[in-house]
Amino acid sequence: MSRWDSDFVYAFKRSPVACVSAGVVCLLVLAAVFAPWIAPLNPFDMAALNLMNGFTPPLAPNAFTGETFLLGTDDQGRDLFSAILYGLRVSLFVGFAAVALAMFLGVFLGLLAGYRGGWVDTLIMRMADVQVTFPSILIAMLIYGVAQGLIAPDNRGDLAIGVLILSIGLSEWVQFARTVRGTTLVEKEKEYVQAARLMGLNPLAVMVRHILPNVTTPVLVIATITLALAIIAEATLSFLGVGAPPTEPSLGTLIRIGQDFLFSGEWWILLFPALTLLLLALSVNLLGDWLRDTLNPRLK
Amino acid sequence: MIYTLFQRVIQACFVLLLVALVAFSMFRFVGDPVQGMLGQEATSADREALRERLGLTDPIVLQYARFVLNAVQGEFGVSYRTGESVADMISQRLPATLELALISGTFALLLGIGLGVFTAIRREGFVAQSIMATSLVGVSLPTFLIGVLLIWVFAVELSWLPSFGRSGVVDLGGWSTSLLTVDGWRSLILPAITLGLYQMTLIMRLVRAEMLEVLRQDYIKFARARGISTRRIHFKHALKNTLIPVITVAGLQIGSIIAFSIITETVFQWPGVGLMFINAVYFVDIPVMSAYLLLVGVVFVSINLAVDLLYLVIDPRLKANASEGHS
Repeated sequence: MSRWDSDFVYAFKRSPVACVSAGVVCLLVLAAVFAPWIAPLNPFDMAALNLMNGFTPPLAPNAFTGETFLLGTDDQGRDLFSAILYGLRVSLFVGFAAVALAMFLGVFLGLLAGYRGGWVDTLIMRMADVQVTFPSILIAMLIYGVAQGLIAPDNRGDLAIGVLILSIGLSEWVQFARTVRGTTLVEKEKEYVQAARLMGLNPLAVMVRHILPNVTTPVLVIATITLALAIIAEATLSFLGVGAPPTEPSLGTLIRIGQDFLFSGEWWILLFPALTLLLLALSVNLLGDWLRDTLNPRLK
Repeated sequence: MIYTLFQRVIQACFVLLLVALVAFSMFRFVGDPVQGMLGQEATSADREALRERLGLTDPIVLQYARFVLNAVQGEFGVSYRTGESVADMISQRLPATLELALISGTFALLLGIGLGVFTAIRREGFVAQSIMATSLVGVSLPTFLIGVLLIWVFAVELSWLPSFGRSGVVDLGGWSTSLLTVDGWRSLILPAITLGLYQMTLIMRLVRAEMLEVLRQDYIKFARARGISTRRIHFKHALKNTLIPVITVAGLQIGSIIAFSIITETVFQWPGVGLMFINAVYFVDIPVMSAYLLLVGVVFVSINLAVDLLYLVIDPRLKANASEGHS
C-alpha cells in the first residue's frame, strides 16, 4: 500500500476542501454512532413523548409545558435534534451497508468476468450494459417493489431496512465490476499471476490474493462516490414513501414528514433534516471528487 | 454502414426482450396473479378456472411468448389495485408526463446553452464565477429537495404558484393538455424547473467546457485577426462547433428526465405515469410496475439506438471502426 504514504497525507493537508469535508463526514458519522448517548431523548420511546410538546419552535419554550428544545419538535412532540441524530444513523447505516453490498458484488463479478473470460465475461458484462441503460434510482425502486411483493405483508415493516439496502446495493454494482474487470484483464497476463497459477493455487486464491490488491485504490474511490449516491438514493426512496418505515425514520422520512407542515408554518420540521442531508451529501461528494482527482485522475 | 445499422437494431431488440423477460418474471412469479385478480373471497374452483383461462398452466416459454405478443399490441393486463386496464391507465397519464418532460427539457437545453456560453465568455467575471459555484451545490441537491424548497419559497412564502396538481387541463381528443391555459402553465412551472435543473446544470457545464476548448483553437484566433465581430465569433464560429456533444448528452438525458419524473411527479402530485408507478410500488401492484418497466425500456433503448445511429452519421471515423466489433 505504498500509495498511502506521505504523498497522500501531504496532498490531503494542502487541500482545504478535503480537510473540511472529511471533518464534516467524521463528525456526522460520530454523531450517528453515538446518537443514543448524545440525543437528549429517545425518539422511538413512545412513553417519553409528550403530545403537549408538539410543534414547539426551536429554542423557544413550549406554551403548555415550558420545555425548550434546541431544534424544536414535530407534531408528535418528538425532539427534532434527537430525531435527526437517529435519522442520520439510519441513513448512514443504509448507505454504508448498500455500498458494501454493491462493492462486494461488483468486485466479485468483475474479478470473475476478467479472470474467466469467455461466456462468463460476456454474460456478466452484458448484464452490466443493460443495467446501466437505466438510471439506478429506477432500478432500486423496481427491486424494492419486487422484494415487497415477495415478502408477506405482515413482515414488510420489519424487513424494510434490509430491502432498502438490497435494492440500493443491487443498483450500484456496475461501476465496481467494470473497473475491476479492466484491471484484472491487464494483471492476469503478468508473470506473477502466471507463476501463481503454475504453482497450482486455486483460481479463487489467485483472484483474491494476487489480483485484488491491485484494485484497492480505484475501488475505494468508487466506493466513496457511490456512498454519496447511495445516501441520496436512500433519502429519495424514503421521501417517496418506499423506503425506511415510519417506525425507523431516516433523514428522507423526516423530510417527508416536514413537508406536510410547511403550509401551516412549522418550517423547522423540514429545514433541519434537509440541511443535515445536504451537508452529508455535499461533503461525501466533495471528498469523493477529491479522492478521485488525487489518487486516480484517470477515473471519471 | 448497413451492417452496423442492422447489428445495432438486433442488439436493441435483444435488450428489449431481456427487459420483457424481467417484466414477465415479475408478473408471473411475484405474488400470485390469480390471487391478485380475484381477491380473498374466491373459491379454489374459481381460481383453477381463471388459471386455466389465463393460460397459467401452459409451458413457461409459451407464456413468455404470449406476454411479449400482448405487450407489443399494447395489452398489459389489469391493475391489481383498481381493476382498471393498465393500458388505459398509461394512456390517460402519459400526456401529463410527456408535457412535463418536454417543457423541462426545453428549459434545460435553452438555459443550459445560454448560461454555458455566458460563463465561458465571461470566465473571470464575478457573475459567471457565482453561477459556477451555485451549480456545484445544485448538482449535490437531490431532486426531491429542490422540489420541496421551490414549493416552500414560491408556493408557501410568496404564494405565486400552485404547489401541487395539474390544473387548467383541456382535452384535445384523447390528449389532455395543460399548455393552453394560464392556470395550466402556472402549475407546470415549478415541476418543470425541479425536473430540468439538474440537466440544465449538466448542459451548462458541458457547453462551458466545450466553448473554452474551441475558443483556444487557431481558427478562432484567425477569425479575430480578420476583424470579425466578437459576437459573431462566439455564436457563429464557436457555439456551432460545441453543439454535437451537447446534442448527444441532451439526447441521452431524455431518458433520465423520464425516470426522474417519478420523483418530481410525487413531490408535486402531478398526475403522470411516474406517480402511477410509485403508487404501484407502494401497493405492490405488479402489472402496473411491469408495464411501466416495459414502457421505460422502450424509451431508453430507442434513445440509445438513435444516439448510436446519430454518431455513425456525424462521425465518419466510427464507420471505419464499426466493422471490427463493438468498442
